[in-house]
Amino acid sequence: MTISRTDIEKVAVLARIQVDEAQVSALENDLGNILDLVDQLSAADTDSVEPLAHPLDAVQRLRPDEVTESDQREAFQAIAPATENGLYLVPRVIE
Amino acid sequence: MQWDIVIGLEIHVQLATRTKIFSGSSTAYGAEPNTQANAVDLAMPGTLPVPNEQAFRYAVMFGLAVNAEIERRSVFERKNYFYPDLPKGYQTTQLERPIVGPGYVGIDLENGETKRVRIHHAHLEEDAGKSLHEDFHGMTGVDLNRAGTPLIEVVTEPDMNNAAEAVAFARKLHGIVTSLGICDGDMSQGSMRFDVNISLKPKGSDKLGTRTETKNLNSFRFMEQAIAHEVERQMDILEDGGTITQETRLYNGDRDESRSMRTKEEANDYRYFPCPDLLPVEIDEAFIEEARASLPELPDARKARFMEQYGLNDYDASLLASDSRLAAFFEETVKHGKDAKLAANWIQGEFSARLNAEGKSVAQSPVSGKQLGDLVVRIADNTISSAGAKKVFEALWTGENDDVDAIIEAKGLKQVSDTGELEKMVDEVLAEMPDQVAQYQQEEDPKKRKKMLGGFMGPLMKASKGQGNPKLFNEILQKKLG
Repeated sequence: MTISRTDIEKVAVLARIQVDEAQVSALENDLGNILDLVDQLSAADTDSVEPLAHPLDAVQRLRPDEVTESDQREAFQAIAPATENGLYLVPRVIE
Repeated sequence: MQWDIVIGLEIHVQLATRTKIFSGSSTAYGAEPNTQANAVDLAMPGTLPVPNEQAFRYAVMFGLAVNAEIERRSVFERKNYFYPDLPKGYQTTQLERPIVGPGYVGIDLENGETKRVRIHHAHLEEDAGKSLHEDFHGMTGVDLNRAGTPLIEVVTEPDMNNAAEAVAFARKLHGIVTSLGICDGDMSQGSMRFDVNISLKPKGSDKLGTRTETKNLNSFRFMEQAIAHEVERQMDILEDGGTITQETRLYNGDRDESRSMRTKEEANDYRYFPCPDLLPVEIDEAFIEEARASLPELPDARKARFMEQYGLNDYDASLLASDSRLAAFFEETVKHGKDAKLAANWIQGEFSARLNAEGKSVAQSPVSGKQLGDLVVRIADNTISSAGAKKVFEALWTGENDDVDAIIEAKGLKQVSDTGELEKMVDEVLAEMPDQVAQYQQEEDPKKRKKMLGGFMGPLMKASKGQGNPKLFNEILQKKLG
């Protein structure tokens, strides 16, 4: 299985990672190798195997519906780059 | 060309849990920004989610209420996308094994028939925070109090064929979740949000057309308008020989406009995968049976009971039973007012009109069920006329006085129902209107006679200072005029 330059560029956009021209060629090779490995895995017969949702053979513990957290806004906002009126400020999002 | 309209809905229902789906932060509405967003909600490194049992109980109750299968082992997936109100960079949701499997809901159609709308599935997921785009020096403000609030997303099959059916389904679902008590149903606060998928196909064709999705409608009225708007838009394009682009659209209810938000080609690729932070959740029979035992009366059963117990007709029963708060208000009114039909009329008439006009919910009504019941008693026993009753209602609503009888007394609204006294007034008024009396007696058309009879009512009400019983006046008039 091969991966195209456009695939790499698209994944980079979705993951918000900046990838320059030279890196694209290297990634084409590396990701191609990983996909080859996936191809090998895909060749295994899994018809009678239940898809695995989690590697641990355990079930999730649930929590009672009780408020256990208190307001720590001040502590969290102390490490935020920008806040105002209790809001976190981020570069403008255009809808 | 004739077209068939095909509509499917996706509904986000905010669950009325005390805490978030994966953390112990409060979900109370209206708190100061970010005071209910803790380390888990903010996606701080090293934190782990722990699911809220109540969210599962509510989802199971919903599943049982819509005749659905409950998935015994449900799994969470990550839906990856970037947006500032989603701190983790993914939404924890369910894709492959949602907790609620296929089910259905019956909706009442205008022609009296019941139609079954199938539910494809419903899954548990977390809500995102809120982005505020007002100007913060060219930046966007983010409030993460809502981030992590539990939702169930209900996905229907494309079983609805017009706006009325879609709205009927939405109302029905609203009635179900509020009756279950798993959602407060407050649409103005975003507790229920609707996405509408619409496509058109030539009448009778079994091949579905390309659909669009109109997102985030938060009132029944906007939903109805948005559907009408989108159907017309698609029809115009198709009839001009064009093709529909599969896309997500935003509807602006205040302007009755819609615009494209994103098309399929540029749509996100969410790269779903099972969430490694969460193990599969197993629900056992005992948990399901406990939820089943806790199911309250649902709208369909309540409607049947209202018809049986109070003798209401299908329409009244359906309307009053649809909303649990309205139903409770009605029952409180009847408890004090006795006359169920009159109580139903007042609730659907004056009471609902007033709520709507002021944008209030039943819970916010300044008039209680008992007060309205007391008022109904006084209308039924002829103490006051319907015009007088409106004045009493007004005084109750504005809080001028909270006692029905005291208002009737203070405003002098007691009707005169003493026939002797009323007859005397009729005699006096008729004596002053000889021309009209003659005209009336010469008229043969019963419709016209009825209209002319109304001409005497004004002077009679005036003579009785508005206190004469109009029904009795009418009877006396007909007797005297022959």
